[in-house]
Amino acid sequence: MAVALVLVLVVVGSVLFHFLSPWWWTPIASNWDYIDNTIIITFWITGVVFAAVVLFMAYCIFRFRHREGSQAAYEPENKRLESWLTIVTALGVTALLVPGLFVWNRFVSVPGDATVVEVIGQQWQWSFRLPGKDGKLGTSDTRDVSAENPLGVMPKDPNGQDDVVVEAADLHLPVGKPVKMLLRSIDVLHDFYVPEFRAKMDMIPGSVTYFWFTPTKTGTFQVLCAELCGQGHPMMHGVVMVDSQEDYLAWLGQQQTFAQLSAPQQTGSAE
Amino acid sequence: MVDITPADAVPPAEVAEVELYHPHSWWTKYVFSQDAKVIAIQYSATATAIGLVALVLSWLMRLQLGFPGTFDFITPEAYYQFITMHGMIMVIYLLTALFLGGFGNYLIPLMVGARDMVFPYVNMLSYWIYLLAVLVLVSSFFAPGGPTGAGWTLYPPQAIMTGTPGGQDWGIMLMLVSLILFIIGFTMGGLNYVVTVLQGRTRGMTLMRLPLTVWGIFTATVMALLAFPALFVACVMMLFDRALGTSFFMPAIVEMGEQLQHNGGSPILFQHLFWFFGHPEVYIVALPAFGIVSDLISTHARKNIFGYRMMVWAIVAIGALSFLVWAHHMYVSGMHPYFGFFFATTTLIIAVPTAIKVYNWVLTLWRGDIHLTIPMLFALAFIVTFVNGGLTGLFLGNVVVDVPLSDTMFVVAHFHMVMGVAPIIVIFGAIYHWYPKVTGRMLNETLGRFHFWVTFLGAYLIFFPMHYLGLMGVPRRYNELTDMAIMTESAHHLNSFISIMAFIVGFAQMVFLFNLIWSIRHGREAGGNPWRATTLEWQTPETPPAHGNFGKELPIVYRWAYDYSVPGAKEDFIPQNVPGSFGPSREPA
Repeated sequence: MAVALVLVLVVVGSVLFHFLSPWWWTPIASNWDYIDNTIIITFWITGVVFAAVVLFMAYCIFRFRHREGSQAAYEPENKRLESWLTIVTALGVTALLVPGLFVWNRFVSVPGDATVVEVIGQQWQWSFRLPGKDGKLGTSDTRDVSAENPLGVMPKDPNGQDDVVVEAADLHLPVGKPVKMLLRSIDVLHDFYVPEFRAKMDMIPGSVTYFWFTPTKTGTFQVLCAELCGQGHPMMHGVVMVDSQEDYLAWLGQQQTFAQLSAPQQTGSAE
Repeated sequence: MVDITPADAVPPAEVAEVELYHPHSWWTKYVFSQDAKVIAIQYSATATAIGLVALVLSWLMRLQLGFPGTFDFITPEAYYQFITMHGMIMVIYLLTALFLGGFGNYLIPLMVGARDMVFPYVNMLSYWIYLLAVLVLVSSFFAPGGPTGAGWTLYPPQAIMTGTPGGQDWGIMLMLVSLILFIIGFTMGGLNYVVTVLQGRTRGMTLMRLPLTVWGIFTATVMALLAFPALFVACVMMLFDRALGTSFFMPAIVEMGEQLQHNGGSPILFQHLFWFFGHPEVYIVALPAFGIVSDLISTHARKNIFGYRMMVWAIVAIGALSFLVWAHHMYVSGMHPYFGFFFATTTLIIAVPTAIKVYNWVLTLWRGDIHLTIPMLFALAFIVTFVNGGLTGLFLGNVVVDVPLSDTMFVVAHFHMVMGVAPIIVIFGAIYHWYPKVTGRMLNETLGRFHFWVTFLGAYLIFFPMHYLGLMGVPRRYNELTDMAIMTESAHHLNSFISIMAFIVGFAQMVFLFNLIWSIRHGREAGGNPWRATTLEWQTPETPPAHGNFGKELPIVYRWAYDYSVPGAKEDFIPQNVPGSFGPSREPA
């Protein structure tokens, strides 16, 4: 009796917690509300299954609890029931999987007009690189990393000379423009994660990974590292500012290119 | 339904029994014992002892997360060492060792009607190598630099670099050596379990008459024998990278401004190897729990398990499918994104046989005669927590939903619910169920009920709300959440609440330990078959069973393991070794 009641309370409590508690996702600031919708579908389907199974159990415990002289039924199998349950489950799973795969297809298909931004992770800071006027990023190599060339841009590649280098500072992005984040690390695994954008991806030394999104709200967002990268992992914060087009261009105008940064005699006076 | 093993047909003995090794001294009887039952207790005691270390470590990390800045001795390094050792101990040295080395050793020979494991000497070696693995693991706490803090997944390159605790000290080396030893020891035991199930069954015990406990442990062992080698080679390769300077997993790296000598290795190769082991590992823990819980529900609901054949095939199907889903742990690892389509599909397919198992458990309750004994309470709590944790797996398995949730507290909540709380609840149920066979006495009922309610409700209150922190975006493996922009004030309070619950649940386990020890002498006498169960371990001439298990004559099996409440029978159970027919047989063939 008490057991059945507690199980009912577990279901009721969980449902109430879900709807009434203040803990929910942070407001979205990218185009990936598709992902949020898929999560909602999943919550509904799984929530109904959870409630149904546990409430059925509670009913059985109440109805078929041991009493003096009661005897259980003897029913080893029931092919029809088992087949039905299998089919219904398969349908439920399909209802989850199909929308999920459609959205995944969108997630991995970068639109042709996406601009490229490179993110470089290292213990324990974020740096960024944007293509210059030629629209191309110069090639890079971890072996070229040095104090003067912290991002390892290949000095001989002409495409890299006009690349905008943002070392250990904030990244700015224009609102409403799709952007492909190229992700690179020079030491260990990291993961570029902004909760409001919903997207994330690991960065692997020796490879370039990517994801894409369109920022939909202006504002300041905190970048977190989402892959354990040593003891400084929780301190590896960064900032992404999503600007209006004018603000973005103003910021871009203040940044230095790889060629400017590689000419130390001109900027040495700041020391 | 064709009955291919009619109740009275028992094949003749084909092989003469082999004489067992009989111990001559106290040492060979209780310490260097070749008796699977003693080895089982040795495995269980060692696993419990190291499990207590993991429990204390979880308290320490919850102290830090719930009350940040209060405890100065929990430095970032120490925090990462705590989470790493907690995870590794719980998954490998506690759950795997306890289910297979503990329950496997005790139950397989008794349940299949064998006198012992088929290779008793190798079985003994298996335990001693396991103990050595545990000692090497423990020694890393005292080594210079302390244990590794690389996370239980030990991802390179960070696992063997200076930025990670133990990366360039002894920690990671001892961890890898300990894992290698564990796998060697496990292989010795695992071969025993498989061969005993296949070759050591008594007459009449067909595969389709095995209790589901044996099916679960057997399938899990086959999987472990196939999965652990992947971890083994990954450990050897990383050991070489760390000790000899090879570059299996190490590409060109600049560490703190300095070029390392490594070149050309692949960090993601390690992840594939690790998860090729790591995902089956989830089911290596889950399948024995599935099997045990089936038997607990059937026995205490006095009803045959519903859909036995479907249950067996579901176990086998889950075991096979679990080798095709490993990369769902790597959706955001940077592997080729098209893998996502394949692995999301295989992962969600596995939900179907798993759901069938859940249906059959609850349908066994339907029209049963439910005795709410403590083992039954734990079995019911298992269904609740497993269904909860399994359903959140449908979030994480569905590749695009995993993207925002991966590496957050949602994942932590999910895997604790599904492969922490649920299997451990089964372990408790199983201990309350079989303790009378092992010791001859019952565990104390009042303490048991207290332990049950605090553990079940407490664990649910820890891990259910934790999902919502992850949904909010709170990352896992952060020792410091104070300057997290997305976290509201109330989310920090929720963290403190979770920590307090963790302490309460932890203390309830002390009550359980006390009960375990106290009841050995003071528990109520149990008799040979206190639960009136059908399986062979309850039909032994002595309780606890003596060396050789079944006295002079091995039992002969005439029926499946689930003849409860058979219409027309005198009692509501018919043990497997009782001959005779009671009306038309409805045992599934």
